[in-house]
Order: sequence, then C-alpha cells, then structure tokens
Amino acid sequence: MEKSPAEPKIRWNLQRNWPLHFMLIPAVLLTIVFAYLPMAGAVMAFQDFKPWLGFGDSPWVGLKNFQKLFGQEDSVQVMWNTLIIAFSKIVAGLIAPFAFALMLNEVRNSLFKRSVQTLVYLPHFLSWVVLGGILIDMLSTEGGMINKLTGWLFGIEPIFFLGDGDWFRFTVVVSHVWKEFGFGTIVFLASLAGINPALYEAAVTDGANRWKQTLYITIPAMLPITIVLATLALGSILNAGFDQIFNLYNSLVYDKGDIIDTYVYRTALVNGNMGFGTAVGLFKSAIGFLLIVAAYRLAYQFANYRIF
Amino acid sequence: MVDRSYGYRLFTAVNTILLLTLSIGCVLPLVHILAVALSGKSAATANLVYLWPVDFTLEAFAKTLSNDKFSHSLFISVQRTLLGTGAFLVIAALTAYPLSKESRSFKGRGLYAWFFVFTMLFSGGLVPSYILVMRLGLNNSLWALVLPVAVEVWSIILLLNFFRNIPKELEEASLIDGAGHFTTMLRIYLPLSLPALATLSLFTMVFHWNEWFMGMIYNTNSDNYPLATLLQTIIVQQDFTKLAMNPEAVEDITNRTVKAAQIFIGAVPILLVYPFLQRFFVKGIVLGAVKE
Repeated sequence: MEKSPAEPKIRWNLQRNWPLHFMLIPAVLLTIVFAYLPMAGAVMAFQDFKPWLGFGDSPWVGLKNFQKLFGQEDSVQVMWNTLIIAFSKIVAGLIAPFAFALMLNEVRNSLFKRSVQTLVYLPHFLSWVVLGGILIDMLSTEGGMINKLTGWLFGIEPIFFLGDGDWFRFTVVVSHVWKEFGFGTIVFLASLAGINPALYEAAVTDGANRWKQTLYITIPAMLPITIVLATLALGSILNAGFDQIFNLYNSLVYDKGDIIDTYVYRTALVNGNMGFGTAVGLFKSAIGFLLIVAAYRLAYQFANYRIF
Repeated sequence: MVDRSYGYRLFTAVNTILLLTLSIGCVLPLVHILAVALSGKSAATANLVYLWPVDFTLEAFAKTLSNDKFSHSLFISVQRTLLGTGAFLVIAALTAYPLSKESRSFKGRGLYAWFFVFTMLFSGGLVPSYILVMRLGLNNSLWALVLPVAVEVWSIILLLNFFRNIPKELEEASLIDGAGHFTTMLRIYLPLSLPALATLSLFTMVFHWNEWFMGMIYNTNSDNYPLATLLQTIIVQQDFTKLAMNPEAVEDITNRTVKAAQIFIGAVPILLVYPFLQRFFVKGIVLGAVKE
C-alpha cells in the first residue's frame, strides 16, 4: 500500500460522479442561453442600437446613453418615483405584517385563527392583472364601490385614485400592502412559534400581564427576523413593482407613478429606443446587484443569516 | 394562564373585530366582482351591485365561455401551465440533486452553485432578453413562455436544502447496493421529497397561470395570447386594435358584467388550487429557510 491515496481518489470521484455533471447539463445550457447571453447583450447600452444593424454594426456611442439617463428630466424623475414608491412599500410592508402577527398571536381559538389566515393569504396568489381589473372597477370615479363608500361615510366628492399623481402613489402602496400583508405574516408567525413557553410562564410568575409579555418577550423575539427582512429589502429598493404599476397606471400619472421598469418597457419596446432602454435597465441591474450583495453581507453580520 | 382583566377582555373584543374586518377585506373585492358578473346588465351599469347579485343571471359567464377568443386563450394557458410545470420539475430535480452533494464528494459543486446563484443577483435586463427570444425565433411559440423561466434558481435552492435533510445513510445504502446516481435520485430522493415537489409545482403553476408580460411581448399575434395576457389587453389596457375583432364582438366583451366574469374566470384556477397550496406553503417556505 505504497501508492499515494490522492490520485485514485480523484479518478474514483470522476468515475462515480459523471452522472452528476451530466444531470446539470440542461440547466447549465438554459442558463447560459437565457441568463448569460442577455448579460453579454447588455453591451447595447453603449450603442445606438438598431435592430436591423445588430450588435456588430450599430454605432458605438460610449457613455452617451448613461449621460442621457442623468441629464433628462423625465428619467431622473422616474428614479425618484421608483425610490419613493419602493421605500414606502418596504416600510409599510414590514409594519403591517408585524402588527398583524402580534394581533393573531393573541387569538386563542385555533379555528378562528386558521380561518383568518386562510382569508388573508389569498390575495398574494392572485395576479395583478386580475387585481388591477378589480381595482380599476372598484376605484372608478363613476360609481366605483370605494368612492361610493367614502362619499357615504364622509360626504366627500369622488377621489380620482388612479388619475391623480399623489393619490396614485397612495393607492399603489395601500393595495400592495393589502395584497401582501397576510403572506408576510407567515415569517413572523414562524418566529413566534419558536418562543420557549417557559419564558411566558416565568413572566406570569413575576406578575407580567399580557401587554408586558408582548413588550418584553414577543416583540424582542420577532426583532431578529425583522432586521433580516429590513436589510434584505434594501436589495429591492429599485424594484417598485412592475406588474402592479403597469396594470394600474395611465398617462395621467406618469410624472409621479412611472418607475424604472415601466420606463424601460416604454422607451425600448414601445418607442424603439433600444440602446437607451438597455442602459437604464443595466444601470438598475448593476445598482441592484451591489445593493443585494451589501444587504446579504449586512444580514449575515448582524443576524448570522445565510440563504444556503 | 389566561388574563381575565377587564382591559384584556376589551382588547380581545376589539382585536377579534379588527381581525375579522381585515380578513373579510381581503376577499371582499373578489366577492364584489363575482356579484357583478352574476348580475343583470342594467343593474351593473347603473352601479347598483355591491356584494350580492342584482337580477341574477348567468348570461355574462355564458357569453364569456362561448367567446372563441377567450376559450382559445384559456386553452393556451392550460397548455403553458402544464408544459411550464413539467419543464420546471425535470430541471429542478436534475439540478438540485447534484447541487445537494457536499463539495468534498462532488468536485465543482461550488462553481456550479455560483454559476446559478449569480443569475439571481444580476441580469442583462429586459431589452437584451427580448432581442434574444426574437432572434432565436421563439416568438409566437409556447416555448418563449416556458424556456426562459425553466431554471428557477430559488426553488432549486429550496429543493436542494430539502434533499440535504434526507438521511445520508439511505444514499449510502443505495450506492452500496449498486444503484447509480440516477437510480438513487429517482427511487430514494424524489419519492421522499414529494411534499416539497408538490409545493414548488403548485407555486410554478400559479406563476405560469398568472404571468402575462412575456405573453404580451413575445407574441405579436393575439391568437397566441395566454389568458392572463388577453385579460390584460381587454380589461386593463382596453386596447382592442390588437385583437382584430369586429365592433359588435368588442361591444360584447366590454360590458361590465362580461368583464367581471372574465376577471373571475381568470382567478378560478388559483382559487381551486389554493386549499392545496395553503396546506403546503407554510411548511414549504419555512423548509430550506431554517437550518440546524
């Protein structure tokens, strides 16, 4: 047994493991074609791309598209809109499920608890096409159900929810929270389930009432996951929700409701400004990449969170 | 120990009412749209319908389902969902199994993992992907709606974490008995991961059923629209030039009750799979997220 053990081991590894490499072939090919080729295609951002000329013959324009992005009034406005809408969604989208999980935690009747959960998780699975259709109908100024209700309750004129810039932002954030708060509670409920009951018993012995228990046991137990979620949300600060905005907006609210993704779609695929559209998209991807990496690092440092 | 103080009982009452209101608020819009769909045309146009149908009739549903355009795109959506879920399952199983091995026993695992994860972090963006699909000649075919999203990296990560929780001894026993990797995967790993596979498949089905944007940009011919895209065109964009229909047919699909019926039918498959989804997804999203 004088042979070095290392060499046969490697050969054995390859012999045993070729099926593993083989299994990965379809996914690798698809990923190269549909993820890595478009990344290479993003060089269009530096061209005045004309589809009939292709990548080879379209004229190179250097950073002109990016200068345009920061020089044009409407594209700068679009970036602000994206940040404002995304930030409001993140903050409201964290507070609502946090509060809802706390409320649900106080329910003793498990049948009632499960029924509530069944109802509030549902909107998450409906598409923005369906919800957009419903909202357009319900928010209509000509006898939509919501405007009838506000008129009846407060005696006010119908509100132009989807036609006025500020109301549009409000509607987008509220309807996002409405769709997602239920689903968002799952993570918080999971962290609540992990609390040691002995903590509550000890607190009761020490004379703490429900409110004190919530304040000193339940909320602290939910904080780590809240910090993780808040940090990771940083990575999506440029995602203001294309599906939702696209299905709710119209030209009346472009100044306050247009976001990067809808802007890219309109400039590139509707108006044919391919090079500029790619530049805007690439800028978003690059910043998004840096933010995600930073977010995961922070989440790992503060809360020891890893995805795999 | 139950707190019986006056304050806590008051809180419980308010809490219960609030929870009840919020949860009913989550389904109210669907109830409203169903009520409109089941109402008479004149009552709906006059905005008299709230949560209960007025002048009950099934006319709107009958009209919607007998519309060729609608039933055709319904069929395309079913095809797309089946094809998309099938492709996802095959790819996910084939990819998660090798990636679930330790780097020690599978050289190159780390490299493969980063190759896939990087696509979650960075993308070339909408325009290059669009040009690529057009250049490949996939436009107006079902493959354009399936292949670009067939490798679902996030689901693959969840599945591989599930695979890792399966006892190593089972794999060792099967390898000692002479089974190769393919057999081990098919006979040991997949049967033991049925709950995870079911959860992820349901999520994929929901995704493909709801997805409308690719259906819109990759189809130049509205005859190839999946249902979500057709609904988007009729109800949200209200752009009938794309549909190449005669004015009477447009008149037919734009009246409020028919629109409501279309929206509701678009949501029906989701409502049908929802009970199954709900049984699985709480476990499903926690699986893979929590590690010892």
